[in-house]
Amino acid sequence: MRTKRLVELAKTIRSKNAGVDQITFDVIFGDRESYELVKRSGALTADVVSQLYAIPRERITAFVEYDPAPAIKFTIRRDRPSGSPGERDVFGAQQYAPLFDLLVPLDA
Amino acid sequence: MSILSPTGHLGFTPIERGSFDLGVARGPDAIVADSGSCDIGPQPLGADEPCSPEDWQRHDLELMLLAARRLGVPMIVGSASDSGTDRGVNQYAEIIRGLAQRHGLAPFTLATIYSEVGRDEVARRLRHGTRIAGLDGRADLAPDVLARTDRLVAVMGVEPLVHALDQGADVVIAGRSSDSCIFAAPAIRAGFPEAAAYYLGKVLECASFAAEPFMGKESIIGTVTRDAVTVTAMHPGQRCTVASVASHAMYERANPFFEHVAGGVLDMTDCRYEQVDERTTRVTGFTFRRDAIYRIKLEGAGKVGERAVAIAGIRDPYTIRNIDAVVGWARAKVGERWGEPGARYQLYYHLYGRDGVMGPWEPERTVGHELCVVVEAVAPRWEDAEIICALGTRNLFYARLPEVKGTAGTAALMMDEVLRGKPGYEWTVNHVLPLADPLELCTIKTEVVGA
Repeated sequence: MRTKRLVELAKTIRSKNAGVDQITFDVIFGDRESYELVKRSGALTADVVSQLYAIPRERITAFVEYDPAPAIKFTIRRDRPSGSPGERDVFGAQQYAPLFDLLVPLDA
Repeated sequence: MSILSPTGHLGFTPIERGSFDLGVARGPDAIVADSGSCDIGPQPLGADEPCSPEDWQRHDLELMLLAARRLGVPMIVGSASDSGTDRGVNQYAEIIRGLAQRHGLAPFTLATIYSEVGRDEVARRLRHGTRIAGLDGRADLAPDVLARTDRLVAVMGVEPLVHALDQGADVVIAGRSSDSCIFAAPAIRAGFPEAAAYYLGKVLECASFAAEPFMGKESIIGTVTRDAVTVTAMHPGQRCTVASVASHAMYERANPFFEHVAGGVLDMTDCRYEQVDERTTRVTGFTFRRDAIYRIKLEGAGKVGERAVAIAGIRDPYTIRNIDAVVGWARAKVGERWGEPGARYQLYYHLYGRDGVMGPWEPERTVGHELCVVVEAVAPRWEDAEIICALGTRNLFYARLPEVKGTAGTAALMMDEVLRGKPGYEWTVNHVLPLADPLELCTIKTEVVGA
């Protein structure tokens, strides 16, 4: 099966706080073909995110396919509010890297 | 009506002068900037301290004030001094007064809007049965959580800002405000529909983040008509494209279709984006729905304890493979003297090189050839945090592993020293409070400044 890594198909992959209790992830595409391909492929879904980040499905509070950008966007509820003692990423800005290596089948 | 937005967070890093001047040359009808965020963590609000140097805050305020007075248009700054507390409003007002005197500005009206809310006032409302609903999956506000809160601000909507402009304010320094509302307020006051005004605010709030390529602290201009908002990048190397403006709708929010503000929700589901020139995008199709009950967001932070930090490195591959046992040993030695972590202390081991950034979310199992261990201890008293941190760090050095070859110390200390961090705080309040009157929690003062 021919595949590409998500990082090869997306223009922007980022994460950032959405308020103090959530981190939101944006996978933005530079062209509609790549966006439609990833949507069709099932390579990036709420279940995939749940497994990749080892979090229960209900911690993913939103999963949206956003045509105007075009982008796929999801949001995870934090373990505890941003900036609490023990914090690893106050801005939530470095939580996206594992998405790079998701394999997207090209023949979907 | 056109509004110039020079920065997404006034004072956080100085405004870039070039694109700001180009924006001013276009003759905007207002110059508006947000100066705060809850992104910076709970400490600035809880401790009531700015997180930006006053030098940079003054730099940005000076640029905006001189340009706004020269053009004779309103200047609005929201969430003064990072957290938007009363201290922040007073600090910025004092900077404005000083700048007016130094530059010999002709008299103008300065409005200050205070939106800090006393804990007693919130407690009183709770006692009277007001439900203060939690946001983003939080439980409703309970008295014990409120009791752990040192400081609260209410995130104002457009109403206090419109009120200040109605009173003739040329310069408005506001406490904690919804980012989009500080831009929407002058547009709403000028009679533009709420949907267009709030969308204008939404797209301008982070300045050049709505343009591409990625640059911070560059100016953009938004123009509102009855049913459209156009947005233009002022930096010659930046463009507001359909993609950059549409993606900005997603930025820092869980849902790209809705923007909640005090009093209602901006619906961007049916937005249409079109490129009108190389650096300008026009947006139409937004709608606004008013809430049946006016609610305002409350943000609150409470102190957890004093914070001590120490840094150690590990290079022995056997020790790295057994790092969990090493940390377990160090935790146990702390536990022997201080008991289980909890109210007396908290102790964290950040293992950079393994999962220091992502913790349990990290799917990558490979570990580098060296590890950096940051030990973080939090306790009510600094003296306790310090020695707990020292105990938890030195025991990385004395960890007992059955087959360790290096029997002269199992960690490299970059210094045998404990660093004092700012105290640890927690966001205790992220809730919404119903109000009978949008102005009931704020105080608006006006004064004539200059000459």
